[in-house]
Amino acid sequence: MSAEFDIAETLDVKGASCPMPVVKTKSAVDDLDAGAVLEVLATDPGSMSDLDGWADGTAGVELVGQEEGDDVYKHYVRKTE
Amino acid sequence: MSTDTPDAAAGDAPSRAELAARIDELEDALAAATDEDDGKKMSIIATKGTLDMAYPPLILASTAAAFGYDVTVFHTFWGLDILHEERSKSLKLSSVGNPNMPVPNAVAALPGMDRVTTKMMERRIADNDTATIEELLETSLDMGVEFQACQMTIDLMDYDENDFYDGVTTGVGAATALQDMAEADIQLLV
Repeated sequence: MSAEFDIAETLDVKGASCPMPVVKTKSAVDDLDAGAVLEVLATDPGSMSDLDGWADGTAGVELVGQEEGDDVYKHYVRKTE
Repeated sequence: MSTDTPDAAAGDAPSRAELAARIDELEDALAAATDEDDGKKMSIIATKGTLDMAYPPLILASTAAAFGYDVTVFHTFWGLDILHEERSKSLKLSSVGNPNMPVPNAVAALPGMDRVTTKMMERRIADNDTATIEELLETSLDMGVEFQACQMTIDLMDYDENDFYDGVTTGVGAATALQDMAEADIQLLV
């Protein structure tokens, strides 16, 4: 993937199922500086829709990319404010 | 010419100053109303204490907190067990009355069967890496979810206020829950 952003932190939630990928992403984003991008590695197929919905409905975050790899779903979340 | 439309008699008409004051008043009210709309609120009433029914309120509460919502979960009757430090770790699942369970009711009603179905579900929860009730509760508390234990049912069940997790609010009743629901964008009874 040719990233158009630098990844500040990576959160590994592989194995965790709903609602933990979203809940842990929220906590990890809280610790970021504004503008930084968090990479989230998940194995929960529901995380594709859930993180998209979460980022859409949550102030101060933006989903800048999602990728479906071999058994791993990658999500890139930017903290906007 | 319609006689229904009364002429604005000079004496009845509000003065310019009165109108200006009224406009100020309305503008203040509008500002206050818009301010309160900043954050969304969710209010859940949790009434069930079986292992399966303990999950939905906690999953929704923690997720809503992740969205930045202001979340209150009011626990009453068997829902209190979710907040009870000891009892929350041994919530049971019954297959009686649940036709989706693989055990016929006549068999499910036999002594000891609840223990079997509960063990089965606990193993699935562990195999699937699904969060435990305790984990979800601790996470939600960390995220600022307000858990309330209904005082009337605490007394009814003969529970002690110290039996609940740290951070659980006691000494509240239906009026508190109703007020939360009235202010909330989402209200759920589980």
